[in-house]
Amino acid sequence: MPVAPAALTLHELREQIAAGALDPRALLRDLLERISRLNPSLRAYIAVDPERVLAQLEARLQHGPRGPLFGIPITVKDNLCVSGEETACGSQILSGFRPPYHATVVERLLQAGAVVIPRANMDEFAFGSSTETSAFGPTRNPWDPARVPGGSSGGSAAAVAADVAIAALGTDTGGSIRQPASFCGVVGLKPTYGRVSRYGLIAFASSLDQAGPLTKDVTDCALLLSVIAGQDARDSTSAPMPVPDYLAALSEPVKGLRVGVPALPSDGLDPQVAAALEEAQRVLERLGMRPVPVELPHIRHAVETYYIIATAEASSNLARYDGVRYGWRATALPAGPARGGGIDASSAQRGLLPMYLQTRAQGFGAEAVRRILLGTYVLSRGYYDAYYLQGMKVRTLMKRDFDAALAQCDALLLPTAPTPAFRLGEKLADPLQMYLSDIYTISANLAGVPAMSVPCGLSREGLPIGLQLIGAPFQEAMLLRVARAYEQATDWHRRRPALAAAGTAR
Amino acid sequence: MTAYEPVIGLEVHVQLATASKLFCGCPTTFGAAPNSQTCPVCLGLPGTLPVLNQRAFELGIRTAVALECRVAEVMKFDRKQYFYPDLPKGYQISQYDRPLAHDGHLDVAGGEAVKRIRIRRAHLEEDAGKLLHDPNEPFSYVDFNRAGIPLLEIVTEPDLRLPEDAYAYLVELKAILRALGVSNCNMEEGSLRCDANVSLRPSGAAELGAKVEIKNLNSFKAVKDALAFEMDRQRRVLERGEAVAQETRLWNARAQTTEPMRSKEEASDYRYFPEPDLVPFHIEAAAVERARRELPELPARHRQRLVEAYGLSAYDAGVLAQFRPLGALFEQTVAHYPKPKPVVNWIMGDLLGYLNGRSQDPETLVFQPAWLVHLLEAIERGEISGKTAKALFVEALERQRDPQELMQGRDVRQIVDAGELERLVDVVVSEHQKSVADYQKGKANALMFLVGKCMERSQGKANPQQLKSILQRKLAEPREAVS
Repeated sequence: MPVAPAALTLHELREQIAAGALDPRALLRDLLERISRLNPSLRAYIAVDPERVLAQLEARLQHGPRGPLFGIPITVKDNLCVSGEETACGSQILSGFRPPYHATVVERLLQAGAVVIPRANMDEFAFGSSTETSAFGPTRNPWDPARVPGGSSGGSAAAVAADVAIAALGTDTGGSIRQPASFCGVVGLKPTYGRVSRYGLIAFASSLDQAGPLTKDVTDCALLLSVIAGQDARDSTSAPMPVPDYLAALSEPVKGLRVGVPALPSDGLDPQVAAALEEAQRVLERLGMRPVPVELPHIRHAVETYYIIATAEASSNLARYDGVRYGWRATALPAGPARGGGIDASSAQRGLLPMYLQTRAQGFGAEAVRRILLGTYVLSRGYYDAYYLQGMKVRTLMKRDFDAALAQCDALLLPTAPTPAFRLGEKLADPLQMYLSDIYTISANLAGVPAMSVPCGLSREGLPIGLQLIGAPFQEAMLLRVARAYEQATDWHRRRPALAAAGTAR
Repeated sequence: MTAYEPVIGLEVHVQLATASKLFCGCPTTFGAAPNSQTCPVCLGLPGTLPVLNQRAFELGIRTAVALECRVAEVMKFDRKQYFYPDLPKGYQISQYDRPLAHDGHLDVAGGEAVKRIRIRRAHLEEDAGKLLHDPNEPFSYVDFNRAGIPLLEIVTEPDLRLPEDAYAYLVELKAILRALGVSNCNMEEGSLRCDANVSLRPSGAAELGAKVEIKNLNSFKAVKDALAFEMDRQRRVLERGEAVAQETRLWNARAQTTEPMRSKEEASDYRYFPEPDLVPFHIEAAAVERARRELPELPARHRQRLVEAYGLSAYDAGVLAQFRPLGALFEQTVAHYPKPKPVVNWIMGDLLGYLNGRSQDPETLVFQPAWLVHLLEAIERGEISGKTAKALFVEALERQRDPQELMQGRDVRQIVDAGELERLVDVVVSEHQKSVADYQKGKANALMFLVGKCMERSQGKANPQQLKSILQRKLAEPREAVS
């Protein structure tokens, strides 16, 4: 049985297209057919307009550019701006917003010849770890539709796992690429803060956000990262660091490398996840890597530190959604009072305040409101020092932790998430439990270091488990090298959910 | 009755003269069609990011150095958060605890002595947009052309004591900013804006009273008037035994009063926090040193030099140093016509009179020093009368032409021929016998009347000095000889 094009990896497709063995049109048609069949139940995409995507491919085939992703569809999360396409960040308040510009990462995909498929589903404004807070309905986990795909890049992860995406871009503020990658059994990488431009990434927490790849394997991850990485004059926080050859790094030997194994808070850690990690460590040892015990003493404060800094920045970043200029505005506003002549500025304001209040109260979902309130509170006069300032101090200590730990080893090995995918609705009513599912991922964002999740097992229920590798700043190549070696020694990344297998074979 | 001492501080917003905005490439031209100078960044569209305009940063450093400030080694930006439709991001990018510069000073002439006004800080920030209200519409318009325009906010310590101090500070600050070329300081266009803080305390008290901030001050005179009104208002409140409320008030120029705008309780909590989209900036000592080296001559030094090098009065030197085009005209004219006294008299008299008469800002003056040199030389050579010279000067200003060129082919030459003047005097004397008699009876004024009549008859071309001596001689002669 021939393998359906949509089930192939990015690097396989790239070779076939380059060799003339595959027509990009056949690939896209196969992919769109799968999307139309699977997406209604999966909801990995908020919406897909096949005509526009096909037209994009035709334009690409006729005018190029014939870059490394020529003719290959890449899915992007709904918080990455695509010029002229609705980009709503999974939120009602941005519905109808069509940015007149591309995010830099989108521009780089297009320059590489890719066909961009927008609107992978996500938690509203990336606020969540389950994709349940999307204003457009939750995404299902392809491995078990009763379970969440993780979040906030749940749409991107589920799409890649179900072969309704070849590869995808997500964003990661506290684990939003890695945790869904782990839940869906795909590879996900959060680059070093500053490695990838944030221009056009609709901000959640500006000092933590990074866009990165979600892919079927490590090679695809390296390929996609090399397309999107690099300094951007439009983002002052992007780093003036050269981009190494990530694909070349994949074949470098790992023998003799040191893998740091930190002592971690283990309450809430599923024994199956712990066992999978121990097994993964043994695999790495068999590959010649040496385990080194390391300490990350401040990681136990990661969740509270994160929820102070991230909500503070979010409350500020979301202030612009006020209904004045774009996006959604509450209707049925009280009319301004009738007036005679004379300038009366206050009358405009009488209509203004209700407009603000109703637009924001109705336009944001419950989790967004919760985070805006939390963030506003921690920045308020009299509380700033106790919360935000204290949070920034802890953050500095965490950076030092990682500096010290990564001075003793080449990469850290941790679980990505404490559990496999949980059930829809299981944690929705308990925000704290939801926040704790990010416990192992958020410290990498706070420290700004690169981290990736790689499939490393299946639970008894048949749910994927991911391992997490964390490296020193700008050492993505090291993570990819270790991950690739691990992947070659195992076959977890080849496991596909039953849903993906429907109508295809791999 | 208790005597009260006013304590005044000023916050001045200066628009830096950059071609593009503070965080994007949009132009800053004044008066463009609404929203024509905007882009996704200054409109605060989702996902966009600010990038600092290097030029604004340099102009800020130049100003800081001129105000003897300490320039920060590391400066950072912060978000000042509040909701308003003219604020596209819901926050203004400003500087909170690590401003560009701090602890400077400015010396101003306050009455007899020079007063030193300490500068607390100078920081960079972006401007907001502008709301436009049409009374016939149930909605308002927003123009974002101003959104993102670079501003430098210069804040004094509460070192000012009188409205006149505030006025003198603003005049001196504006002269410095213009000498530096960092701003056009045009208040009508909003490139220079001022808020004033004022409180009263019993004379001799160390503690400050409740502070009132006054906004909507559209001219330096408005600052002075509003402060005088507010001091008086606060004094009356205190004398009634009441407490002054800490609040923000608006100056109503028409009514010449301040009106409450918002109370302390209504004041926003701006929730400042570090702007995560901009990294902290390390300011190199070398850059500050270079800015210091490249400083132009500042008004204070200029004044001093004008007094010492040319023997000008302190007042004249002050005016010439305040307005760079006037100072430049003076010095360049004197370089070719080395008589400072007549040169400064022309500038302070005729030129300023002309400009004031037309309400023209001396900063916009265009006048070639050579034109004044030619005029002065023609007077000195006796070719034209003073009266003709004045007329030519105005014409030169209006038509932007060299007076020498204007004189050519015209009968403007002064009458110096003694015979011609004698004949002129004879006619005037015969027509004004009463004045002649008055003069001879001892009325000295009558002589100047006759000189004036002679000038009139010559269409201003006669030399009045010569006329005067001819008249004196003739009227001293026996009456018979006259007839």
